[in-house]
Amino acid sequence: MFKFFHKLASPPHFYELSEKMIPWFLFPAVLLIGYGTYMGLFVAPPDVRQGDSFRIIYIHVPGAYLSMMAYSTMAISAGIGLIWRMKLAHAVAAAAAPVGAWFTFIALVTGAIWGKPMWGTFWEWTDPRMMSELLMLFLYFGYMSLRAAIDDVGKADKASAVLALVGAVNLPVIHYSVEWFNSLHQGQTILADDGPAMGMDQLAPLLVNILGFSILFGALVLRRVRTEVLYRERHKRWVKKMVLAGNA
Amino acid sequence: MTTKLSATGLTLLRGERLLFRDLEFALNPGELLLLEGKNGSGKTSLLRVIAGLLEPESGEIRWDGKRVRSSRQEFQNAFIWMGHAVGMKNDLTLLENLQFEARLQSPSAAEFKEVLSRLGLNRLKNLPMRALSAGQRRRVALARLLLSEAAVWLMDEPVANLDTEGRKLVIDLVEDFLNSGGMVVMAAHQDVDVEAPTHTLELS
Amino acid sequence: MSQPAAPLPAISKAVIAVVKRDLLLAWKRPGDVLNPLIFFLMVITLFPLAMGPSTAEMQFYAPGALWVAALLATLLSLNSLFLSDFEDGSLEQMLVSPVPLSALALGKAWGHWLTTGLPLVIVSPLVAASFQMSLSVTGVLMLTLTLGTISLSQLGAVGAALTVGLNRGTSLLSLLILPMAMPMLIFGARTVSLVAAGDGIGGGVYFLAAFAVLMMTISPFATAAALRISNE
Repeated sequence: MFKFFHKLASPPHFYELSEKMIPWFLFPAVLLIGYGTYMGLFVAPPDVRQGDSFRIIYIHVPGAYLSMMAYSTMAISAGIGLIWRMKLAHAVAAAAAPVGAWFTFIALVTGAIWGKPMWGTFWEWTDPRMMSELLMLFLYFGYMSLRAAIDDVGKADKASAVLALVGAVNLPVIHYSVEWFNSLHQGQTILADDGPAMGMDQLAPLLVNILGFSILFGALVLRRVRTEVLYRERHKRWVKKMVLAGNA
Repeated sequence: MTTKLSATGLTLLRGERLLFRDLEFALNPGELLLLEGKNGSGKTSLLRVIAGLLEPESGEIRWDGKRVRSSRQEFQNAFIWMGHAVGMKNDLTLLENLQFEARLQSPSAAEFKEVLSRLGLNRLKNLPMRALSAGQRRRVALARLLLSEAAVWLMDEPVANLDTEGRKLVIDLVEDFLNSGGMVVMAAHQDVDVEAPTHTLELS
Repeated sequence: MSQPAAPLPAISKAVIAVVKRDLLLAWKRPGDVLNPLIFFLMVITLFPLAMGPSTAEMQFYAPGALWVAALLATLLSLNSLFLSDFEDGSLEQMLVSPVPLSALALGKAWGHWLTTGLPLVIVSPLVAASFQMSLSVTGVLMLTLTLGTISLSQLGAVGAALTVGLNRGTSLLSLLILPMAMPMLIFGARTVSLVAAGDGIGGGVYFLAAFAVLMMTISPFATAAALRISNE
């Protein structure tokens, strides 16, 4: 078992294997997202209170979900890299950060677009979820800036891993404190989430999309890790050989 | 008998450059390990790897037969590090600096006085560190070695920028220490004549 | 000659030794203590100027203003926490010291609080009085500032350790620490506002205390790890 992981973690082997793996992620992702989005936008019935504008959740919620999942992926791989000195895990952490930041950005933008018809304003400072997402984006920025500030890749890996872990410990605290902040001066959130529960025909496409986006995240991260690995190993013989053979 | 301090398969990359590959050494009480080579050849880096300040790409250092990586603190109790910088605060006096370190390691006050006068530092002890010359600072670093009970001295260029008298002092101290069963790993880019069993590692 | 790992009394002795050394250094360089304090007062001054001279409004935003100023002043001082140790080689000596590095890191963080956080807490009643805060509100302010700045010193030590030796240190440090410092700001400032509005002290103080304990537990180890990495 350990041997298997060891082999998987060897850069040339990973590079070769990941090439075959990516289509297996990409195609299901495209199919699921296509199906989920179509069902969500055209087939699911409109919301009782929000009409058609609720349909943005089919992008917004997967985005928000993945902003969290990407951070966990980043923190867990960073931890593995730090404890077991596994370089591939560090590469995964490095690759997950910008993807996570983009999903966070998508969640924020779609949230703001949704906010306009719902709240009458693009941005509502008192909404805990918007605030959490914004702080999440800041955490990603911090992680990526620290990485960018350190020239040596090995050192950047380890330093950013410490940051990711401290951030992971703080994340629930940040989330909770923002909720608390809001709960004090507002009886309920502006979003009508205590309204009638979503019907199955509304919920199913959302779940399909969450699954699709998650698999897409896997494909994007794999793609980025491949580039990371190639860059990090650029002086190694296997990379030179491959480049000379013309199939990089 | 196991060797006291040994290394096997040490490989170190700095950025893009390979500094050394599959390096090994073994050192026993009373012996000196001399790291030679030009500037930038990786002498200091190797010394830093031994001290645990740098993580090698691969390879293992053993102290008393145990891997240093898994029992770091035990080895840190056993060696003392003399780097380029003295590692003392400029705003504190020599005495205050030494007292701070003594609180971490606890040598007795009597030793304090003896070591300072042996190195000719007694009359400087109430001056702030910033008032000391480069040569005097070097002596302070030596005082730290003498005050500790460490079994190994890791010395980075201990005789660089010293006059003949200063060099002789360093070499005398090292010889005394080796004769009493200590171990020294020393990086030096010039010849150092220490009369003791010596291993030499040439880095290029 | 090799001894077993340092026993507990040796560790607390080491923490105290580091704290003492940093206090002695602060005594010899009072500017390092005064600068954040002056900065704190200056930021406070900005608020009435920016928000307008209405006394009623001032009382409303004073807790928040005090807290923001304290946060910024602490951030400003954090950059130099390990800088001089890094430059003069003291940090290297700490890294190879027989005492566990996390103990030394804990000492550094406490030294930072005693020379930055504590002075802020001490002058805060003066500032509170200038905003006509009542005595009980001032008491709550001091309590939240105490707990909050302790957490900030601990959390900030990790950030300072990660960025020591990088040339974009200051701005990067703020970028890393500010998002994680938000909970302190939220609970600190809101608790003071609530008490000022006549509510009870509430759970905010418990949260701040719990967070301070959490930070004291994690931060020494994270700081130690970060220092090793930064010094490579």
